[in-house]
Amino acid sequence: MNAALLVIGLTALGALALGLAAHRGVRMTLEQWTVAGRGFGGLLVFLLTAGEIYTTFTFLGGSGWAYGRGAPTFYILAYGSLAYFMSYWLLPPIWRYAKRERLLSQPHFFSRKYDSPWLGVLVATVGVVALVPYLVLQFQGLGIIVSIASYGSISPTVAIWIGAATVTIYVMISGMHGVAWNAAVKDALILVVVVFLGVYLPVHYYGGFGGMFRAIDAAKPGFLAFKPTGQSVLWFQSTVLLTALGFFMWPQMFSAVLTSKHEQTFRRNAALLPLYQLILLFAFFCGFAAILQVPGLTGTQADQALLRLSVQTFDPWFVGVIGAAGVMTALVPGSIILVSAATLLANDVLRPLRPELSDSVIALTMRGLVPLIALLAVYFTLNNPPTLVALLLMGYAFITQLFPAVLCSLLPRNPITKYGAAAGIVVGVVVVAFVTETKVGFADMLPFLPARVGDVNVGFAALILNVVAAALVSWATRPAAVAAASPSSN
Amino acid sequence: MRLAHWLVALPFLGILVGTAFANQVEPLVLGMPFVLAWIVGWVVVGAAVMAFIYTTDPINSAPNNEDGGDRS
Repeated sequence: MNAALLVIGLTALGALALGLAAHRGVRMTLEQWTVAGRGFGGLLVFLLTAGEIYTTFTFLGGSGWAYGRGAPTFYILAYGSLAYFMSYWLLPPIWRYAKRERLLSQPHFFSRKYDSPWLGVLVATVGVVALVPYLVLQFQGLGIIVSIASYGSISPTVAIWIGAATVTIYVMISGMHGVAWNAAVKDALILVVVVFLGVYLPVHYYGGFGGMFRAIDAAKPGFLAFKPTGQSVLWFQSTVLLTALGFFMWPQMFSAVLTSKHEQTFRRNAALLPLYQLILLFAFFCGFAAILQVPGLTGTQADQALLRLSVQTFDPWFVGVIGAAGVMTALVPGSIILVSAATLLANDVLRPLRPELSDSVIALTMRGLVPLIALLAVYFTLNNPPTLVALLLMGYAFITQLFPAVLCSLLPRNPITKYGAAAGIVVGVVVVAFVTETKVGFADMLPFLPARVGDVNVGFAALILNVVAAALVSWATRPAAVAAASPSSN
Repeated sequence: MRLAHWLVALPFLGILVGTAFANQVEPLVLGMPFVLAWIVGWVVVGAAVMAFIYTTDPINSAPNNEDGGDRS
């Protein structure tokens, strides 16, 4: 075992110990395991809702896209900020309603708002479908880190198994409480590491940021701006809008919102989190620095850019520190995703179908599902998934389909019915699944449109069909005679 | 929505519409390609707008809404 692996292994053990310590003294009821008893203050909520910014997705994926694609990676900086700006108005009403109704999850929210348990089951299913690529992403990141930090002595396959096992054990022991404290450690570690690397690498290899970008621009003209076609400005606009709308639709994001003690936290964080996000720039800089230093990484190998350059630049022990930060960025979000997926299946799919089951049986099922979901994700991880960013975009295309129904349910008079909401979600998800599976572009399906339309993100196009379907079905199922007599579903 | 709240439209327009007109590498700003600096600039402006909205929105000074001693 080399110094790098030793540092990484000790960090993983430390995270496990911290998870155990956080778990002590708290009776693990359902509400504790999933939303930590709704008792988190501002700082923890800040870290949990900031969670997505610093995952493997940004650390390895963001730098990998900077390396492999160039300008398109800038979308990552834009969408989170716009989502946080919107959160000022979006999150407080969701939180208030969830607190009043003692809701534990996002499907609860749908089934209560629309007075339809079946809609809750549908939403839970969509949530799990969207979470799987997100979990695959974390495992894939863990695999890359462990195998590169081992300097080739551990194969990527074994590394993925080690990573998946670590996440699973960790989640089964601690639930949401351990995750929150590790989120604090993770953010501190990744902040220091990313800022250091993002400044050191460009200065060390190019003498500064300007020198680096000029060198890249000279070697690869057009790489640092959006292209006229393909990942064009139109792609950027549709992708940023899609992912910004979907940002808070993730089931784990909903849960993070529910852990808050106060609604004001969200409004204050709406100004702070966008600035916190600027740290992402340094991850991009690492990827850009690698372009001319470790050339030749193609396809999914681009995700290795940051670590390959680190191995080439630093001593093994420091590669270990970087790897440890990377492991935390996969471990913490990976645990949150696993908790969410297990909760969704047990509490929001199984319980409505078998209402006679007791709380303790549901809680037990939840824990039992954790390793099964992890195994499923390992299976997909070992079957040649796309790059890390492409995985998250796939998840986003699915999860954003929930946005129209959430938004409508928050209006004083909900304009859509439960059938309309369900139809919209089903249409959106089916379109995304079809396009992802068959790789048919919109330009192929709608040849009469100008070719540029093909640049529009598929998830965004599906979102438009989603809204059309919701409107049509709501109109067809509108409670025409009773509308005046009964209050709206609000 | 209060009048000041509509200021939030600025960063949305800047990023979603403005980027189409800022899609170029030169001139570098703070060493960054122009289009990247453009997006970063709007993130900073947006955060300032949100801070302004937060401090002027009376809902955030309502006593029963007080967030206590915890900070972010």
